[in-house]
Amino acid sequence: MSQTISNALFGAIGISAIAYCLAAIGLNVHFGYTGLLNFGQAGFALVGGYAVAMPISNWGWSLWATIPVVIVSSAVFALLLGIPTLRLRSDYLAIVTIAAAEILRLLVSTPKWVNVTGSTDGINSFTNDIQNTIPGFLDEGFSLWKVQVSPYIAWVMVLGWLLVGLFSVLVWSLMRSPWGRVLRSIREDEDAARSLGKNVFAYKMTSLVLGGVIGAFGGAILVIGQRSAAPTSFQTQFTFLTYAIVVLGGIGRVKGPIIGAMIFWFIISFSDSLLADWTDGSGFNLPSWIMDSSNFSFFRWIIVGGGLALLVIFRPQGIFGDRKEQSFDVR
Amino acid sequence: MSDDTVNPFEGLTPTPGVAKPEPILVADSVQRRFGGLVAVDVDHIEVQRNSITALIGPNGAGKTTFFNLLTNFDTANSGTWAFNGRPMQKVRPHQAARLGMVRTFQLTKSLSRLTVIENMRLGATGQKGENLLTAPFRFLWRDQEAEITSRAEALLERFKLDHMRDEFAGSLSGGQRKLLEMARALMVEPEMVMLDEPMAGVNPALKQSLLDHVKGLKAEGRTVLFVEHDMDMVHEISDWVVVMAEGRIIAEGPPEFIGGNQEVIDAYLGAHQNTDIGAIQ
Ligand SMILES: Nc1ncnc2c1ncn2[C@@H]1O[C@H](COP(=O)(O)OP(=O)(O)OP(=O)(O)O)[C@@H](O)[C@H]1O
Ligand SMILES: [Mg+2]
Repeated sequence: MSQTISNALFGAIGISAIAYCLAAIGLNVHFGYTGLLNFGQAGFALVGGYAVAMPISNWGWSLWATIPVVIVSSAVFALLLGIPTLRLRSDYLAIVTIAAAEILRLLVSTPKWVNVTGSTDGINSFTNDIQNTIPGFLDEGFSLWKVQVSPYIAWVMVLGWLLVGLFSVLVWSLMRSPWGRVLRSIREDEDAARSLGKNVFAYKMTSLVLGGVIGAFGGAILVIGQRSAAPTSFQTQFTFLTYAIVVLGGIGRVKGPIIGAMIFWFIISFSDSLLADWTDGSGFNLPSWIMDSSNFSFFRWIIVGGGLALLVIFRPQGIFGDRKEQSFDVR
Repeated sequence: MSDDTVNPFEGLTPTPGVAKPEPILVADSVQRRFGGLVAVDVDHIEVQRNSITALIGPNGAGKTTFFNLLTNFDTANSGTWAFNGRPMQKVRPHQAARLGMVRTFQLTKSLSRLTVIENMRLGATGQKGENLLTAPFRFLWRDQEAEITSRAEALLERFKLDHMRDEFAGSLSGGQRKLLEMARALMVEPEMVMLDEPMAGVNPALKQSLLDHVKGLKAEGRTVLFVEHDMDMVHEISDWVVVMAEGRIIAEGPPEFIGGNQEVIDAYLGAHQNTDIGAIQ
């Protein structure tokens, strides 16, 4: 049991939690503050992930040199999505973003550019250089109760949490400002914002770019941490889990994505670890007609789905949301 | 009527499309069709600068649609119009507001999940903190924000909303939302204010204070164009009245003239038999 809890605690602050947290910080800017229905956060994450892996593996770039690539490529992706759709009704953005994210995933999966993208296997040989950037104090990695964290993962976690801190402070400082006030007014009623002289299109575009770039760093951390940039990491469920995290933590709250991601990945890792323990054939075991080691991961998603449904019913404002604020009609 | 010694409307013929001495807004051949319905078909209209002009007409006359066209929230099928001599038909809605033409909506658009004071602050223009690059640094916009806040508070007091200062706008009543929207529009400090039924749902006691405020806007040198069904208000504050029916402007003149105009009476009676025209006559 202590191993299970230990695993779960590590899950709450591990690579996936960080990556999804960053994606959720970006999505919170889009959806939580501006009301933009971006259903393609997986696409932004994919852009960020491949923007790191491709230059390192194909052209021998250093990790640090890929940072501008992450920023520029995801910003360009946001502009491409936003220019045709942000003047239209909000549902168009939803359709275009979900389609664009899928197109990107299929593009990197095609065998045609296998030399550059690695096709369905992805890019798996780019971490040697990153290994060399590990600072001395992490030479031993660290241990988290019963989980031993390797120096490499420890280093990615340090970088990841630094990014989470950086972007959270940035979002916090922006959202308390008059700039953030304009975003929130657009979320409430675009025409009201327009009637007061606000250039709604420009603000929505800036929001899409900002949240997209933050999401791209989430993808970058995921790829670096997994030592692999593969299309399977960026399926549409990436976007939907990110939404779940934003809702769980509280929509339009700075700490929402952090709390949401940690709780979400704690639950996932906990049930994973527990169900694995209960189906491994030693000690306590669930009867095999309920589940066995080959199918418990399905049950994990059923538990998570049921939990989210309960949350939405009993605490629609999320864990940190303001119930009063969420109770008003958006229309 | 105005208390000014010089009345700019003195000697004007009360006919549709009559030229004004100092027009701030001039529109020509503005048309808007919805399928087969011609909602707006205005040949020519001029709005006198620094005056209070009422736009009246039966339900469905096209008043709101005309407002939407002038402020570019809707696109005209044809026509030209100019504000301060500047052609406006290609301008985007937010630019129209920045050029000094600010409107309110008949169906109020309060920003529910912003507090009342945040709604008000949003209206202020030229905010340094609305720029992405300066926004994160509070010391760059703190002073301006304080100045905006005190201006907002003064207006809220005027509109009897000061006790709601920190409540979410979504918790206001219908009439309070109307008031908030009007107060918020005034935060823009526009040259011309366009109010779509500002008094609908506002209680009579407060109405008087708002009428005074609208007159005050004129005293500050602003121009007011408002749509209203309440004839008492029209009579009390407007310098000039424009009457629309079925998309066209069928009459305009000083408020005393409009009440006795046969075409106006016909328009109201013809379009809506049971409209209370007692106030007109
Ligand atoms: N979006 C739209 N689509 C189709 N028809 C419309 C639309 N907007 C307005 N109309 C029609 O245009 C006409 C004018 O409507 P408008 O809202 O301008 O009237 P109004 O003078 O403001 O009336 P009221 O005093 O009731 O507010 C009406 O016949 C209405 O049905
Ligand atoms: Mg109307």
